[in-house]
Amino acid sequence: MRALISVSLLLSFVLTTALWSAELKVPPQVTAGNAFSISGAGSGQGTFYLIGPAESIKRQVDLANDIQIQSEEVEHVGRYTAITCGGDQCSSGHFYVHAAAPDRLGLIVHPSRVPVSNPNAISAVVFVFDDFHNLVLVPQSVKLTVTPTAGSSISESRNTQNGVTWVRLNSAPKGGPAKIEAAIGKASEIRVVQQVASDACNLQMKSSWMSGKLVIETNPVRDCTGNFVPDGTIVSFTKTDADGKTTVDVPLKKGIAKVEMPVSGQAHITVASGVVTGNELNVSGGR
Amino acid sequence: MKRLLAIGIFIITVVLVGISWFTSGGLARQRMYSAQTPEEAVRLMVSQVQAHNWDAAYSRLANRGEVDKAAFVRDLAGSNGSLLTYANLESFDVWGLHQTNQDAIFRAKLHYSTAVGPLETFRDLKVEHDGNTWKVFWPTTRLPKLAPQVIPVNYLRWDVINRGAQDDWGVQNVDNPQVRIISMNALQRPDSVVLVGEIVNEDTIPAYVNVSATLLGPDGNEVAQEGSFDKISHTLLPKQVSPYRIDFPGMRMDKIKSVRMDAKAMLIAASADPVIEVGQQHIETDALNKKVLRGQLVNQSGQIVNIPHVIASYYDGNGKVIWVSDGYVDQELLPQIPVSFGLDVPDDVAKNVQNYHVVVNYYENNNS
Repeated sequence: MRALISVSLLLSFVLTTALWSAELKVPPQVTAGNAFSISGAGSGQGTFYLIGPAESIKRQVDLANDIQIQSEEVEHVGRYTAITCGGDQCSSGHFYVHAAAPDRLGLIVHPSRVPVSNPNAISAVVFVFDDFHNLVLVPQSVKLTVTPTAGSSISESRNTQNGVTWVRLNSAPKGGPAKIEAAIGKASEIRVVQQVASDACNLQMKSSWMSGKLVIETNPVRDCTGNFVPDGTIVSFTKTDADGKTTVDVPLKKGIAKVEMPVSGQAHITVASGVVTGNELNVSGGR
Repeated sequence: MKRLLAIGIFIITVVLVGISWFTSGGLARQRMYSAQTPEEAVRLMVSQVQAHNWDAAYSRLANRGEVDKAAFVRDLAGSNGSLLTYANLESFDVWGLHQTNQDAIFRAKLHYSTAVGPLETFRDLKVEHDGNTWKVFWPTTRLPKLAPQVIPVNYLRWDVINRGAQDDWGVQNVDNPQVRIISMNALQRPDSVVLVGEIVNEDTIPAYVNVSATLLGPDGNEVAQEGSFDKISHTLLPKQVSPYRIDFPGMRMDKIKSVRMDAKAMLIAASADPVIEVGQQHIETDALNKKVLRGQLVNQSGQIVNIPHVIASYYDGNGKVIWVSDGYVDQELLPQIPVSFGLDVPDDVAKNVQNYHVVVNYYENNNS
């Protein structure tokens, strides 16, 4: 708390002094991470203050010589105030640090999984940064490339506005990973979106007898665009016969769900996956 | 004089000890130990079980030649990490169903306290007059033993690698699964408001789900908030449907204007194994004249399922969920060995039930 009060008083003093002081000659604009110098503002020893958006610096300088500002002292974009004080007089000046050349990209792609054939389902947002994580507000051309599982890549250039550009994409009719790449200069970022099958479509099962037990299995389960529904997806078989009702939740394995059930008398069998229902079978049991 | 005083003190001490033994139930205990009635025989045997005095309990059996002691202990204390291994027999009730001079049938209601809450089981025990005492026939349950074999299991398993703490800003993470509440029905029960329904995992990856609800009063303020707790199958594989039930004790429907449902899903590592078949499902009336949904669980995998948890949703003629009930099975599921279960169905619900859907949740010692 005491330190905070001391710093506040110091800053108030410095700023008040600066208001009444002479103007310091500083370059109006500086690029982030670039060293530069400020012309000397007097003679003899003095104190130099540099107050920026993210840090403040104080050091003793020779006011007769140029004051060197190191590159790491101006890495953050924003308005800086330079103040020199010697004897009973202070001089000050303001300058603005702009972002350096684009060097990094932030690429946010959502979602990471998307059902196939879904319009505008994928959004890709690109943020352009310089080497010091400053957002580059000057319009830049970003190259966006989408590489589907099958087929050739599609590229498009987009200009950033206020450091950001975005694109909305349809998911492809074929499942699989789609690669989305954003590039500017040497910087590039890649994200992968898994395009997954939609709900099962035309769910069909068939039955056969093996060693006195009824074996029920589905046909390969696909969605309405012909993609295989992923393995592990639950398919529920329900059999109703003289013994009561039997349900088995079976995960798909190699695209097929398979189950063995004993049957007594007439049995009615249904199949479903999630909210999708399939065909029904009536079987006479006890073979 | 001194001798008389000593004798007097001795006699008084003996009388006092006798009185305290009598008032502490010693006579009744002694009578019970001798099991002069069938009820005493059952009570004595169960109280020895309660005290984990297995030798004494086993010695009260009339059919020791048929019942293996280890099987008897396993029957009452559980095995293989089943629910009974995490349970304690708190109390019991015994009453007669049938009695003659030579034999009787008594029903014992055992109240266990378990890691998941209270559990009640019933045992119908035959008691036989043997000389001047009564002894209990313990039902012999010979579990079918599976022949030594290798059961290949090649179902999927999903593992998750999340974004690291040191990754740069904007680095892609894996999205949480998409789940959807497909039905919800608010019911007024005698002492509570109950929300029942079903939730589906619409995604292609497993989800850890939880459903919570907030009741809003006529002024739009929150009246109560509850979660489904264990009345849901938390781990849902892709396209799997689970019933859920949320109880609001002490609430009245007329105090509620609307309900805000919240389904939360988290990405979770999971396995598609084991597959558990739920067979022979039927609703029947049990010995206590209550409606019960009974069935059999068959573990189709090769690993032991320690604590099975059965959850059922009941539908009316329009396919609307009208009730959800659940229950833990006190036995473990050994591979391929059927284990029975029973779930209570309220009488007023049972008369409207046209269909039901049973799912099995499970807990494993090494992977819950």
